[in-house]
Amino acid sequence: MNLTLKVWRQKNNQSEGSLETYQVKDISSEMSFLEMFDVLNEQLIIAGDQPIAFDHDCREGICGMCSMHINGRAHGPWTSNTTCQLHMRAFKDGDTIVVEPWRSKAFPVIKDLMVDRSAFDRVIQAGGFISVNTGNAVDANSLPIDKKNADDAFMAASCIGCGACVATCVNSSAMLFVSAKVSQLALLPQGAPERESRVLNMVAQMDKENFGNCTNTYACEAECPKGISVANIARMNKEYLHASLTTES
Amino acid sequence: MAFDSKIPKGEMNEKWNDYKGHVKLVNPANKRKLEVIVVGTGLAGASAAASLGEMGYKVKAFCFQDSPRRAHSIAAQGGINAAKNYQNDGDSVFRLFYDTVKGGDYRSREANVHRLAEVSTSIIDQCVAQGVPFAREYGGLLSNRSFGGTQVQRTFYAAGQTGQQLLLGAYSALERQVALGNVTMYARHEMLDVVMVEDKARGIIARNLVTGELEKHFGHAVLLCSGGYGNVFYLSTNAMGSNVTAAWKAHKKGAYFGNPCFTQIHPTCIPVSGDYQSKLTLMSESLRNDGRIWVPKNKGENRKPVDIPEEERDYYLERRYPAFGNLVPRDVASRASKERCDEGYGVGTTKLAVYLDFADAILRYGKIEAGKMGDHSASEEALIKLGKDVVKEKYGNLFAMYEKITGENPYDMPMRIYPAVHYVMGGLWVDYELQTTVKGLYALGEANFSEHGANRLGASALMQGLADGYFVIPYTLGNYLADEIRTASISTDHPAFVAAEKAVSDRIETLMNIKGKQTVESFHKRLGLIMWDKCGMARNEKGLNEAIEQIQALKKEFWSDVRIPGEVKGMNPELDKAGRVADFIELGELMCKDALARNESCGGHFREEYQTEDGEAKRDDENFSFVSAWEYMGESDWKLNKEELKFDIVKPTQRSYK
Repeated sequence: MNLTLKVWRQKNNQSEGSLETYQVKDISSEMSFLEMFDVLNEQLIIAGDQPIAFDHDCREGICGMCSMHINGRAHGPWTSNTTCQLHMRAFKDGDTIVVEPWRSKAFPVIKDLMVDRSAFDRVIQAGGFISVNTGNAVDANSLPIDKKNADDAFMAASCIGCGACVATCVNSSAMLFVSAKVSQLALLPQGAPERESRVLNMVAQMDKENFGNCTNTYACEAECPKGISVANIARMNKEYLHASLTTES
Repeated sequence: MAFDSKIPKGEMNEKWNDYKGHVKLVNPANKRKLEVIVVGTGLAGASAAASLGEMGYKVKAFCFQDSPRRAHSIAAQGGINAAKNYQNDGDSVFRLFYDTVKGGDYRSREANVHRLAEVSTSIIDQCVAQGVPFAREYGGLLSNRSFGGTQVQRTFYAAGQTGQQLLLGAYSALERQVALGNVTMYARHEMLDVVMVEDKARGIIARNLVTGELEKHFGHAVLLCSGGYGNVFYLSTNAMGSNVTAAWKAHKKGAYFGNPCFTQIHPTCIPVSGDYQSKLTLMSESLRNDGRIWVPKNKGENRKPVDIPEEERDYYLERRYPAFGNLVPRDVASRASKERCDEGYGVGTTKLAVYLDFADAILRYGKIEAGKMGDHSASEEALIKLGKDVVKEKYGNLFAMYEKITGENPYDMPMRIYPAVHYVMGGLWVDYELQTTVKGLYALGEANFSEHGANRLGASALMQGLADGYFVIPYTLGNYLADEIRTASISTDHPAFVAAEKAVSDRIETLMNIKGKQTVESFHKRLGLIMWDKCGMARNEKGLNEAIEQIQALKKEFWSDVRIPGEVKGMNPELDKAGRVADFIELGELMCKDALARNESCGGHFREEYQTEDGEAKRDDENFSFVSAWEYMGESDWKLNKEELKFDIVKPTQRSYK
């Protein structure tokens, strides 16, 4: 198939950006979306132009690096899917595809389609962990964990930190990302000693990072490539309320 | 150059404890004065950086991605081994040690492997304490499953994303240390050289990939946790950015490279679909717990797989290896699949694929579920539906991945799979303390050569990365740093730093000024094809010699005709790739030379000239029971040093999984 691509180009963080138009020909429907970008970039390099910079690494939907807004949807038209897992059979000959980076004040553009998501690392630094030094652990089976909690914790832990939730949210809220981590550790007994401080500190950092507030649109859950549930947001709201009311000072 | 493996004396199961009891220590106040550089933040790097930060060292960690959590350890699927024997089925430290040495086809160092088995249990404890959500049974305790090359169920897992959960555990520990100020994290930075002051590694030159600027960093010691070099084949299950650069620069500064030709081809990956293919996707070995591998008995079979009756299917792994069946080790399984396809029994449009079939497992699970509900008269349709739900719970994300890539539904038809490059047992040579032949320079995880011999068993890479980072380096590094407490941090204005930075800068300028006609990607693809054809699953003398010539020619072509757009300043992904491909080209030549020098077949290294009558690898223990430790002498010039391997406990025999 032959396609028209309109891609966001931006030289660096200080420059203005714009959508540029490119034509690609003879794209196989079995190619992945990023393989199509590889083809386009080879074309551009041979023609003496600048290739398009985009984040990618694993190309199998698990590292969370790829981050393209495709025809207005984070990670493109498929459900439970990352940009790198999108394949060209989703498109038809003659289609126009608009490709943009994640749009959020909290994720400044670095170049073209690459953004800076270090805000996520800073939120994790604020409390997304259990404070246990290496070598301190008891036998792994000394703490039986209810299977439902274990399974729910696992589902929450499946978050790959891609930021699609922030990008798709009309408010640029990071509640799904933060609540996924808070939930995982709140559901597990190992997380109990720091349960209150964790949620208060992580939310405080989240608020510092220019993310917006949550207005329950549920767009985040719809677009999340891992199907993280908004039930985690509800859970975090409960955790936050509990922590706020019971923590001294 | 010191080339002593430093294996402690004494009984095998006492060496590590004795070592720990006598190793030199660094007191807490002195730790605060010592700086350690960690390159790479996968399982080995993140666990090392976190643990050393917790101990009080000043750590600087580097990764080329935008966050430490992106390391390719994240993609590991199936599980992590540990000798807990929770399943009461015969596992023990000795059994894990034995299985690993045998699985490695008797080409690894017994003492290192025994230590790995010993610390494996502590790894699971640490991960659970960090909140890693392993799969559990209804009673609340941890689940286990089987993996290749063993007859016990010792693998702990988190659905099909164990790597992600383990990495996130180590990442969370790392981030805690970043918040506490013990670790400074440099994301989007790539190490481009080691800095040597006198004869010790004293730091690195790193490039800020956003600004393009070079930075000089001092460290009393440098830990390379930079992963494997499977991408030398261009197509592999590695991430696009995975590269050999950090290890290669170390190699050129004196770190011997161990067994570079020991590469692992994983038997179950999604087959190639076209020339534009950028990487291969793994379908976890855990699927072989339940999937049955087969090809049609008739060549030129045109029927859909579900229409082919049992009698006309060749379940060749079960046929050839009754004792282990579908769970034979990876090298054995990969060669068996290649053999069937070479003989003309392959399936799919390219005929380079075999089936991995879950129909029997689905029915079996369905019957178990029906039985739990007391329903012994359920229809086959109902049983299949119940069974699919169980399979979804165990492998859901893997089945979804397969469907996204191929457009086929693996719940209703068998998966098509084919072997692909996945892991490298080779890497920088290290001694018992994980130190390379360069003082102060260590290598951890897949970046080093140790423990897996000529073939790695499934679920052991995750185990090794975390063993090295959590439980080995915290002890062994102290043995070196104890003698460095009087060494003040060296200023990066020192001439050695300035010279190293200039050398890196000159190389970048040279690359940028070539301004040829061919893209970096095109050179990478050509290298990959040479390597896959001539240094892949089956190797021979003629092919390897041809490959060496072709690679030498490719190198000349690269350095005279590569085209890198853009500038040195600012972000330039093509320049980043160019440096990595240049290093891969040199590595490829060494790999072929290593394969040529090793006149035997062992594990993943299969020389067609050395095989048994039934096509199995034929080792030559009398002449080749050593680790090949290559020393860089100059362009295309290496000297082979041999570390003789002695097997005190696990006596080498012809590896049989029949």
